[in-house]
Amino acid sequence: MTKEVSIHCENLTKSYGSATALAGLSFKVSKGEIFGFIGPDGAGKTSLFRILATLLLPDNGTASVEGLDVVKNYKKLRQILGYMPGRFSLYQDLTVAENLQFFAGIFRADIKENYYLIRDIYEQIAPFASRRAGKLSGGMKQKLALCCALIHKPVVLILDEPTTGVDAVSRQEFWEMLIRLKQEHITILVATPYMDEAVLCDRVALIQHGEIMAIDTPDNITRAYPDQLFKIKSSNTLTAIRLMNEFEGILSAEMFGDTVHVSAEKGRINANAIKEYLSEKGMMASAVSEADPGIEDCFIHLMKRSGIVRKEKVNP
Amino acid sequence: MSSNGLVIEAENMVKRFGRFIANDNLTFSVSKGEIFGFLGANGAGKTTAIRILCGLSRPTSGKIRVAGYDVYTETEKIKRRIGYMSQRFSLYEDLTVIENFRFFGGIYGLKRPVIMERSHEMLTRLGIIHFENTVISELPLGIRQKLAFSVSILHTPELVFLDEPTGGVDPITRRQFWEMIHEAAASGITVFVTTHYMDEAEYCNRVSIMVDGKIEALDTPERLKTKYQAQNMNEVFLKLARKTN
Repeated sequence: MTKEVSIHCENLTKSYGSATALAGLSFKVSKGEIFGFIGPDGAGKTSLFRILATLLLPDNGTASVEGLDVVKNYKKLRQILGYMPGRFSLYQDLTVAENLQFFAGIFRADIKENYYLIRDIYEQIAPFASRRAGKLSGGMKQKLALCCALIHKPVVLILDEPTTGVDAVSRQEFWEMLIRLKQEHITILVATPYMDEAVLCDRVALIQHGEIMAIDTPDNITRAYPDQLFKIKSSNTLTAIRLMNEFEGILSAEMFGDTVHVSAEKGRINANAIKEYLSEKGMMASAVSEADPGIEDCFIHLMKRSGIVRKEKVNP
Repeated sequence: MSSNGLVIEAENMVKRFGRFIANDNLTFSVSKGEIFGFLGANGAGKTTAIRILCGLSRPTSGKIRVAGYDVYTETEKIKRRIGYMSQRFSLYEDLTVIENFRFFGGIYGLKRPVIMERSHEMLTRLGIIHFENTVISELPLGIRQKLAFSVSILHTPELVFLDEPTGGVDPITRRQFWEMIHEAAASGITVFVTTHYMDEAEYCNRVSIMVDGKIEALDTPERLKTKYQAQNMNEVFLKLARKTN
């Protein structure tokens, strides 16, 4: 199958006064892909998504969605876009059903005709159809917002942090819905600060300070991790980190849940050396093994490499 | 703090809104210097419970003491002995770093020299003393969150409530933030924290998981994982919270 381009950005820049939001982004998203922008708050995700949703003008560069320029053809483009902003933007004092009717109405869409698209999602909130949107729980608000963004059967769906502030259960359910939507060949662009959601995307861009640090499939990104990673399990994580930071030859030691991830140049040290060192220092119960890096390991590595951590400390 | 070393003691804590039971007989305690993770799905009743423990909301029934004081009759004493930091609003964006320290220090009745000494010590330890006179809105989110935490413990409270303190923060800052939490706990400040990052649940000494207004589970992360035969806290959470969802 040839990959047709759905979204194409070239050297996109955006600044607010002296603050750079986008520092020249270039990327392509194929039709029908779930493409994730993974990065913390302030990385530039919302600026980018607002430009693509034709709600914000870029300073420089070009962006097109389904061949339509986001500046010149914004009116046409808006008809084929579904956009879910980061902040809950439905009408709080309209009911669940009224919100859906409203959004179908402004897009002149037929709810019955397109209902199959939202059935799985809407049925979960249908028992609350007469409840005001403002009174829904966080997870249900997100489901309703997704229904409203989908009801006109968009070609491209832009979701700005749909899972932020949502609990782990609702987060998982939301992703199950997105993966089902993929079968409808809708291109889905999704932003998230949760690194563990990266593996659910076809491709991801890791973004920080308005720059793309890496762009590829999640597998290729973790495969490109250049160092050797070790996982240490001990009864005292903080002590293990402190000890490892004094160990010669390591590049980093970071907390990962109940383990410590230690990176070192390939071939420089092995798990046994770490184990011996720790037991010399009195940490007997440690289990040390080689580990496969996850997206979060890669993100930390790329942040350190790009000097972002140092920059924040040196320049006032 | 009460003589038994418990900073929070809740016995059969109940909060009703009309017919709806937001907190259904919560019984738990938190010890001095403990990092206590307060987890639960959206709408499980966490915010209601935190508001009661902060002295902002009156429980329907139950025996509850915070920092040794009664939540029905001694709320003002409680408020003076706790710190609070939320993800959303924590600092005044159009004030400088030091102005925020002075403002919050002033509210808690700290003397000016004490505020200056404590804030300089905290800023130096964070390596951001050069931001002293920078307006908050010009600082990156990661630094703001570290400052917000520092401000929330400026008056050395017995207990600090952190409501999703690391939401949206980059992975390096997230870890630095948890080092700060551990340091604060080691200095004797009890930490009561909510989070949606399940790896952070592993950093807590004990964790409670609320489901539909009840505490479904409460133990160390290690014992919870054993009990629910889970690889990590995310699995524990999904197993418990999904039951009713």
